[in-house]
Amino acid sequence: MKSATMTHGIDLGAITGERAAQNSVLTENTIVVKDLRLFYGDKEALKGINMPIPKQRVTAFIGPSGCGKSTLLRCFNRMNDLVDDVRIEGQILLDGDDIYARTVDVSALRRRVGMVFQKPNPFPKSIYENVAYGLRIQGVKERRVLDEAVENSLKRAALWDEVKDRLHDSAFGLSGGQQQRLVIARAIAIEPEVLLLDEPASALDPISTLKIEELIYELKSTYTIIIVTHNMQQAARVSDFTAFMYMGELIELASTDTLFTNPGKKQTEDYITGRYG
Amino acid sequence: MKNWIKSGKPWIWLTAGAVSICLLAVIGLLGLIIARGMVHFWPSDIHAYQYQDPYKGGEIVQVVGELREKEEVSLERIHDSGVALESSSDRISRYLIKVGNRDIGGSDFRWIIEPLISGTTTPKDIIVFERLEWGNLHGDLLQLKIDGAVVAEGEGATAWNALQEQIETTLTLFKTIRQIEKSDIGSINYSMEQLRLTKRKLELNGKDSPENLSEITLETEVLQQEYEGLQSKLQGLYHEINRATVTVKVSTGQVVDLPLAKIVRAYQPNKLSLFAKTLFYFEKVWEFLSEDPREANTEGGIFPAIFGTVIMVIIMSMLATPFGVIAAIYLREYAKQGFITRTIRIAVNNLAGVPAIVYGVFGLGFFVYFLGGSIDSLFFPESSPAPVFGTPGLLWASLTLALLTMPVVIVATEEGLSRIPRSIREGSLALGATKAETLWRTIIPMASPAIMTGMILAIARAAGEVAPLMLVGVVKLAPSLPLDGNFPFVHLDRKFMHLGFHIYDVGFQSPNIEAARPLVYATALLLVIVIVVLTLAAITIRNRLREKYKALEQ
Repeated sequence: MKSATMTHGIDLGAITGERAAQNSVLTENTIVVKDLRLFYGDKEALKGINMPIPKQRVTAFIGPSGCGKSTLLRCFNRMNDLVDDVRIEGQILLDGDDIYARTVDVSALRRRVGMVFQKPNPFPKSIYENVAYGLRIQGVKERRVLDEAVENSLKRAALWDEVKDRLHDSAFGLSGGQQQRLVIARAIAIEPEVLLLDEPASALDPISTLKIEELIYELKSTYTIIIVTHNMQQAARVSDFTAFMYMGELIELASTDTLFTNPGKKQTEDYITGRYG
Repeated sequence: MKNWIKSGKPWIWLTAGAVSICLLAVIGLLGLIIARGMVHFWPSDIHAYQYQDPYKGGEIVQVVGELREKEEVSLERIHDSGVALESSSDRISRYLIKVGNRDIGGSDFRWIIEPLISGTTTPKDIIVFERLEWGNLHGDLLQLKIDGAVVAEGEGATAWNALQEQIETTLTLFKTIRQIEKSDIGSINYSMEQLRLTKRKLELNGKDSPENLSEITLETEVLQQEYEGLQSKLQGLYHEINRATVTVKVSTGQVVDLPLAKIVRAYQPNKLSLFAKTLFYFEKVWEFLSEDPREANTEGGIFPAIFGTVIMVIIMSMLATPFGVIAAIYLREYAKQGFITRTIRIAVNNLAGVPAIVYGVFGLGFFVYFLGGSIDSLFFPESSPAPVFGTPGLLWASLTLALLTMPVVIVATEEGLSRIPRSIREGSLALGATKAETLWRTIIPMASPAIMTGMILAIARAAGEVAPLMLVGVVKLAPSLPLDGNFPFVHLDRKFMHLGFHIYDVGFQSPNIEAARPLVYATALLLVIVIVVLTLAAITIRNRLREKYKALEQ
């Protein structure tokens, strides 16, 4: 099964370090997942995932509920550490270094791998303080630096024009869509390399969703983006590569065009044509 | 009927009924203490009753005083009290009269039986003298004397005005004397005591070299001189204040000489207009709130008790809240949620149910004797054998109550922490914050309304607690407040007064129960008000915080 996954996935680069070196000219990979297994207690939630995540591209994870796509996403910034009874085997290499190595500083890792959650989760602070939060954690105190970072992040998150006159109002005064963009601004304020988006538009109305999608498109020139989505149209619209997961396994990883028009596996085809899931 | 039950209406009635009963109970309780407590300060009229005194063989006497209470008792009880009263009715009314003149008649109050009253008048000119000692004196003004010479005489307005003027002067003098005695001499005494302790400390440490000692002796001498200066000033003032006396004829016909120095105020209740009475009423209420108690706490004010209650509650919350919050954070955020944590949590919750007196005993044994004793022998060997912290005091009382209320804070804080959405924590962690940073910057501020709720409950519990305080620091009459102008200003080692204990003391330990009873209600009312004010203050802060962090309501 595992080998099948590899052969059927499009060869984007590498699964092993050796092949990564060979193919690095074609596509640089930010993240390489190697035989990743995750257990909740006795239950195996991820069953040996191998995949590359190409740099400065959008990779979408699709699959039916409970297939492990969110779990996999949360492995990239070690969010699963917070869950009791979780055991992880295998490796995730970020720029060649294993993020599960003993010496890794989790906080530093999370600064490199930002994350946006399904529901907007602004802090009960002002808009300004929300965006400045990550920098303040890092000990940045100069007003000028903070001001600049807040403005830039909000601009990049396409929120600046809407909030520039009320930066010091509570973030709860914003609409859901605005809150989600605020959360994205908050995540990019600390300039991560990778941005993990866990169904970022699922709680939003269509117009806000559209704005988020445009934003993702804008951001991919700078960041490696991984997005988990239930919405296949969304995956087709925003991503360069798509991974289809099922029951804790990676079934297929291919360029989005290929995966949706000419899926390599029957299961993928069944899913995207709506036969199950 | 069946349909009616099915409709759910009886359920509504039942629940609404329960609420009504609660409301009635609260309103009734408050109504009672307000009615009984607030009436006390009203200057009632003084009546003169012509009374066939059964204890004097039916001789007609005058009973002069204010009517305090009317009640009906059975004839049998009258007979039992040694009065051979003939009556066709079985129920006899009797009146409780506040006659005053305790130094003359032996008692402030007496009961008189209605059938033996042959007439009532309201003498216009009768004066009530409120005295520093022996309670009120009722009588008619005969003479006002200064240095033995009569300056005014009779019941006319001139004599009355002269008297009022003289009382005013005397009161001013009295205040000056009090100021000197309490504050000036008090602080000299305090400094001298400090010097004595310093000297003793030098002796104990073997550093009592002549130059060290001479410095102290010098300072002592300076203080001594200051003291003597004040003392001679005081003597002058005392001479001045004792010059005026007033001669009063009381109802029994006796003539009494009353030094004006002993008079707090004099008034003619039967002459006062409604407006004047109202004014007088508020004056009395203010005195009750702002003055020190007199006469075994049955007269004067209860300011030290109010002050003691409030400061103790504040210190208690300053101790209990941080400890409770820290403990709750560990239990909820850091401890592995397992059997042991669960056991600890249950144990903590049950601590709130331990009877308060048990905490009192623990406080006395552990804080006062063990901790306080150790502190004394380590840091204050110079004041031995007199204890400093090894005796009940404000600090130990606050600590004991903090221990008592900590479970409440812990439970409320844990509740608050557990209500903070996971997404907020994850959001912070995902930005590279450590768990501690997340706690400090986000979680604790968001949990602060819950922490305040815990504090409110703790305040309500602590302010009303009496039993443990009796063991660890509250006294009937504290000589000085725990806060004053002498360094270090807050004296945590001092004993203090407390409203709750004051109620118990005045109500049940007082030698003059009739005089004290209204004060029990008034003090109870005040205690309720103090608790309400403290709680309201905390609730206001909590609502502000809630407004600020209302993410939880999303």
